[in-house]
Amino acid sequence: MLRVEKINVSYGEFQVLHEVSIEVKSGETAIVVGPNGAGKTTLLRVISGLLKPTSGAIYFDGHRIDDKEPHEIVELGIALVPEGGRLFPYLTVYDNLKIGSFAKRARGGFRRTLEEIFELFPILKERRNQLAGSLSGGERQMLAIARSLMSQPKLIMLDEPSLGLAPRVVSRVFEFIGKIRSQGYSILMVEQNARKALELADHAYLLESGKLEFHGGREDFLRNPYIKKAYLGI
Amino acid sequence: MKSPWVKKLFLLLILVLLVIFPAASPSPYLVHIMTLIFIWAYISTAWAYMGRFGLVSLGHGAFLGIGAYVTALLFNYFNLSPWIGMLIGASSAAFLAAVLGYACFRFGVIGDYFALVTLAVGELVALSIIALRDTTGGSLGFTIRNLGNAPLYFQFSNKVYFYYLSFLFLVFALYLWVRIDKSKMQKALRAIGEDEIAASSVGINIIKYKMTITIISAFLTGIGGVLYAQYITYLNPHTLSGVEVSLAIPFKAILGGMFDMWGPTIGTAMIVSLEEYIRVSYGTKFIGISEVAYGIALIVLIIFLPKGLYGTLKEMKIFKNERRRQYGCNKRKEVILRGR
Repeated sequence: MLRVEKINVSYGEFQVLHEVSIEVKSGETAIVVGPNGAGKTTLLRVISGLLKPTSGAIYFDGHRIDDKEPHEIVELGIALVPEGGRLFPYLTVYDNLKIGSFAKRARGGFRRTLEEIFELFPILKERRNQLAGSLSGGERQMLAIARSLMSQPKLIMLDEPSLGLAPRVVSRVFEFIGKIRSQGYSILMVEQNARKALELADHAYLLESGKLEFHGGREDFLRNPYIKKAYLGI
Repeated sequence: MKSPWVKKLFLLLILVLLVIFPAASPSPYLVHIMTLIFIWAYISTAWAYMGRFGLVSLGHGAFLGIGAYVTALLFNYFNLSPWIGMLIGASSAAFLAAVLGYACFRFGVIGDYFALVTLAVGELVALSIIALRDTTGGSLGFTIRNLGNAPLYFQFSNKVYFYYLSFLFLVFALYLWVRIDKSKMQKALRAIGEDEIAASSVGINIIKYKMTITIISAFLTGIGGVLYAQYITYLNPHTLSGVEVSLAIPFKAILGGMFDMWGPTIGTAMIVSLEEYIRVSYGTKFIGISEVAYGIALIVLIIFLPKGLYGTLKEMKIFKNERRRQYGCNKRKEVILRGR
């Protein structure tokens, strides 16, 4: 479904990603694990069109997307939940969701999608008239995920969904991601909390200093001695 | 909130009063002041189309100047009626806005940086007008050829026509504001004004919407320049372009409150009346003081009353009636001040 082929990405002179290739199959959850500054966020930004790679190619559903604009990529069915959620704090929960269905592909089905979302996240229905900026950290992350679902994507990309959340809240957020996963969405998630994220993963990648160091199924990943030591603390 | 029909009645009453005002007015001087208020209210409303979405331009003098000068020069040199010329003038202003906007939006120049770029462009246009003194008359300005009463050439012997004309333009600008508010462009721009990355991640074409509103605002401002120049029949780079006007326009809008459709109009009414009052009572003693006052007042306003006088009053009222909306609404100023 999503195929990233040997992309190189630079910020000016500084190269952030070196020959990175990943693949997310339909209905699968892939995670990218790695330390701070490894280029994880950059990878998601390139896929969503916010940054352009200097070389390499990205394909989604048979379309080449690495030269497309962000809004065109959303139209094709990729949604990004940016780092920290990036809600519209001065809009209500409802308006945040409404704007989530701005894409042409989603506008018609707004009502139906909204009902599904409210079923999935009842707390958002309760808080629909509240300003997004007044939500708690966990609710905000939930709303960010819900907003991305409003664009009726096929692939959801999550950037550090556990960032800045209390451990108990992190567990709840991952529970929600699990729910979404079971709805059949494909997921590409970038996380530092490797242990939690791996519980959901079908496939995992290890990114260090902009290079892919390892990739494989969940079991291979959990068995790798280096990963065990450096990322899982076993 | 007042019930809708009371509000409508109130608006209708004001409308009627304004329509009969010239006939009932004791002096043509008051009609003149009202005309000035309409023209500048129209221009600052056009400015606020952008300003309220965080696109704070400090260079609207560029659009004002281009609209006025292109139109007046076409008339003086080629005898082209300003009715047609104003479309060319305003389109030229819109064209400049498109070039400027694309350059800024493509490379992510937002917030304070956008304001700085526009400030420079406004001054650039003023300097160009001065530099082309052989055609434009430079700093001395130039006078539009007087044809006496020639409605086909946008000249009226009776100033009352300008009163009604500028009133119509203001009404149109306010009407367009409502139309924009009801469009999906408003939703997109609001999201963009809050957070560009978030907006693009939900599939909003940022460049398209920012370009559209910038071009609309510049086109209307260009027409405003024509209106002003035709009314005064004299063009001067300092009164139509450059930093002074470019700051005076946003000041009027911010004073009244740029997030509300009536804000710019109310702000303009206050400023124009105050300026006239000072001019009449103190004459030329304080010339130049208004710019100093603008600067200081602008700083105070943005820090303490980002929603402007009218906007703040209105909000206090909403607060009383709707407790629920209290969550952090006052922090709107971040929209204006937020840089990268």
